[in-house]
Amino acid sequence: MSDIPLLKVKALSKFYGSRIGCQNVAFELWPGEVLAVVGESGSGKTTLLDCLATRLAPSTGSVEYRMRDGQFRDLYRMSEAERRFLMRTDWGFVHQNPADGLRMSVSAGANVGERLMAVGDRHYGKIRATATDWLGRVEIAADRIDDQPRAFSGGMRQRLQIARNLVTNPRLIFMDEPTGGLDVSVQARLLDLLRGLVSDLGLAAIVVTHDLAVARLLSHRMMVMKDGHIVETGLTDRVLDDPQAPYTQLLVSSILQV
Amino acid sequence: MPTPLVVSDVAKSFTMHLRDGIRLPVVANVSFSIKAGECAVLGGPSGAGKSSILKMVYGNYAVDRGQIIVPYRDRLVDVAAADPRTMLGIRRDMIGYVSQFLRTVPRVSALDVVAEPLIARGVDRKDARDKAGSLLAGLNLPERLWSLPPATFSGGEQQRVNIARGFITDHPILLLDEPTASLDAKNRDVVVSMIQQKKDTGVAMLGIFHDQDVREAVADRIVDVTAFSVPNGVAA
Amino acid sequence: MTELATYNFAYLDEQTKRMIRRAILKAIAIPGYQVPFASREMPMPYGWGTGGVQVTAAVIGPNDMLKVIDQGADDTTNAVSIRAFFQKVSNVRVTTKTTEATIIQTRHRIPETALQAGQTLVYQVPIPEPLRFLEPRETETRKMHALEEYGLMHVKLYEDIARHGRIATTYAYPVKVEGRYVMDPSPTPKFDNPKMHQSPALQLFGAGREKRIYAIPPYTEVVSLDFEDHPFEIQTFSEPCALCGAKGSYLDEVILDDKGGSMFVCSDTDFCEDRQAEGNGDHLSANPAQAAANPAEAAE
Repeated sequence: MSDIPLLKVKALSKFYGSRIGCQNVAFELWPGEVLAVVGESGSGKTTLLDCLATRLAPSTGSVEYRMRDGQFRDLYRMSEAERRFLMRTDWGFVHQNPADGLRMSVSAGANVGERLMAVGDRHYGKIRATATDWLGRVEIAADRIDDQPRAFSGGMRQRLQIARNLVTNPRLIFMDEPTGGLDVSVQARLLDLLRGLVSDLGLAAIVVTHDLAVARLLSHRMMVMKDGHIVETGLTDRVLDDPQAPYTQLLVSSILQV
Repeated sequence: MPTPLVVSDVAKSFTMHLRDGIRLPVVANVSFSIKAGECAVLGGPSGAGKSSILKMVYGNYAVDRGQIIVPYRDRLVDVAAADPRTMLGIRRDMIGYVSQFLRTVPRVSALDVVAEPLIARGVDRKDARDKAGSLLAGLNLPERLWSLPPATFSGGEQQRVNIARGFITDHPILLLDEPTASLDAKNRDVVVSMIQQKKDTGVAMLGIFHDQDVREAVADRIVDVTAFSVPNGVAA
Repeated sequence: MTELATYNFAYLDEQTKRMIRRAILKAIAIPGYQVPFASREMPMPYGWGTGGVQVTAAVIGPNDMLKVIDQGADDTTNAVSIRAFFQKVSNVRVTTKTTEATIIQTRHRIPETALQAGQTLVYQVPIPEPLRFLEPRETETRKMHALEEYGLMHVKLYEDIARHGRIATTYAYPVKVEGRYVMDPSPTPKFDNPKMHQSPALQLFGAGREKRIYAIPPYTEVVSLDFEDHPFEIQTFSEPCALCGAKGSYLDEVILDDKGGSMFVCSDTDFCEDRQAEGNGDHLSANPAQAAANPAEAAE
C-alpha cells in the first residue's frame, strides 16, 4: 500500500434546505483499501456516496483526489469535462440497479467497450477482444457478448456492470448496495468475484451497504452513519465484534443469525 | 531486536448501551511481554478474559487503557492506539492469528483460504498454493477437500484449514486461540510440532489451550489471567 | 400579383427572417453545432421540409435561382410543391439545373455534379440529434456535445459490426465536423458523405419540428466516423445507370412490372438527363431483366 492517500475528504456536508444529508464527514482513503459505509435507509450514506462521486454537489467541504500524475485536485474545483473524464476512466460506479449503470438496449460487448471507445479506442477487433476478456473475468460466457443485458439475469447484469466499470483499469470504484435485490446464492458469487477483483487489481473502493455481512466480507475499514453523521469508524472486524457506539451496537445486535 | 510483544497496563470492559449502559469489566492491569521464540499460554478459567486479551492484541477488540507495543517498520507501534491502516499492515506483516472458528467465504476453496495471507504479502499465487497444499497435507486434510469451500467441513477439518492459514506465513508474532480444540490426538501432535518449529525460528507466540497435554507440551510460561480480573462492577 | 392580400417576400415576415439569419450565422460560426431557433408554423405539415423551407426563405433574394430536389429528383411531389411555393411567395427564378442554381433545397441527396463556390445547399432535416437513439435525454446529449463525449456514437457503429459484420448504417451516417462536433448529415445516403468534405458550397441544415439549424461552411473538414479495422466505405453499384450509363453515381431501383422486373437509374434526375442529352447510355434500358439479375447493394 502506498503511503499517500488516494482520496482526502474534509468537512464534507450536504444540506437539503434545513435537513441534513450528511454533516462534517472527514476521512482518507488509500490505494487498495475498501471502505464500507453502513447505516440504515435515510442515514445519509447514499448522499455521502453521491457527494464523493461528483453526482451531487456538497454544500460545504472538499473532496481531493490524487490524479495519475500524483497531483491532488479538488473535485469541485475541476471543470465538469475533467470530472466526467475522471468518472469514466479512473473511477467506476456500480449502481444497485444494473439498469441504472448499463445501456439495456445495446449488446454486452458494447456495454463493456463503451468506455474504451469514449477514450478514443478505434479498433473494433481490439475493443471486442478486450470486452471478451472482461466478460470472462466476470464469469459471463463469451457467446453472450452480442446479447443485450435485457436477456440477462439480475446477477449477470450486475457482473456485466462491474466489467463495464473496470475495463479502463480504474483506481477507485464506488458501489451502492452492489448485492441489493439479489438472491443469496447470487450474492455470494458476486461478493466473491468482487473480493477477487478488488484484491487482484489493487482497487480502492467505497461500498455503501446496509448489509453488515457484505461489509464484513468486502471491506477493510468501516464507517457507521446515523442521521447524517459518522457515529463510529474503525477496522471492519473491530467495529462488528466490539462495537462502541450505542447505534452500532444496535445495528450489530440486529443481525439475523443463520 | 526489540521484544516482539509488550502488553502494559491494559484494561478492557464492555459498555452495553442497549442495557442502559451497564459496564461489564473484563480485565485490568494486564501486563506481560513475550520474547522471540517463546510461547506464552494464557491461563485461567473460562470467562477470565483470555480471548479478549488475544483479540485486543490483534486489534479486533478496542482497548480502554494501556499499551500493546509491537515493532513495525523500524518503530514501535501501540496497537491500542493504531489507526486502521497501520493495524492492517501489522496484521499483514507482524501478527498472525489462528482463531477458534473459521470464518468462511462463499465459493473460496480450502486451498485458497490457506494461501490467501501469503498472496496478500505478494507471494506468487502458485508458490502460495503449493505451500498451502503441503501444510494441509501435513495436517492430514484429505486432498479431495482442498478444492472445496470449507463451509461444509466438519469442525476438525475447518480447524485444520484455520491452522494452516495461520501458520503459512512467517509472522514474528502468532496468536493461537484454542487451535487444537476439535482435533484428534494425531493431529494435535502435528500442531504441537508445528508450534515447536515456529519457536525454533524465533516466533513469539501467545496462546489459549484448554487441552492440558498440549499446554504442557508447548508452553514456556503460563500467564495467569485471573491476576488481571476485576471485581464485578468496579472496573476503573 | 393581383390579389388583394399579398405575401411578404419569401413568405416569412422580416423579423422572423432576421431571427433565422442570426441562427444561421451562429451555426456557420460553430460548424456542426445545433443552434436552436424559433421555428414557425409553415403552410405545410412537419416532415415535409418546414425546416429547410424556413432556412431557404431566410436566405433567398430576388436574384437567386432556386432548385428543389427530393431523393435527387426535381419532379417529385415534395420538390414540385416547394418550388411552386417559392415561385408564388418570392417570385424567384427556378431551375432544375444544378449548375445554374444559387440555392438548392434538398431532401435525402446531394447532387452528383460538384457544387461550386457561391452556391448554397439547404437540407431538410427530420432529426438533427445524432445521439438521440442511444441517449434519449436532450439534457444529456447537449452535455455530451459540449464536453465532446462521443464514445456513444462508436457504440452504435460497434453494434452494427457485431450484428452485421460491417457498419450497416447506410444513411444519416454520422460525421465529425472540423474535428469538433459530431453531426447528423440528415438522411442522405452515406454515398454522399464525401461530397460534404471541403465542399466549396455553403451547407445549411434546417429541422423545423425540432427547431434546430446547423451548418457546414465552405471548405470545412467533414469526416465520417469509423473504426481502424472497419473503415468508412460508400455504397458501390455493380451496374451503371440503365438510362445514362453513368458509373459511380447513386442509383435508385425502379420497378418496371409485376413480375419483379426492375432497373437501376440515377437518383439525380438532372445529372442523368444531362448525360443522356450528351448521348450517353440507353444501352440497358432495352433489357431491364439483365439489370435486375445483378441487384445492386440496397441503398437503404
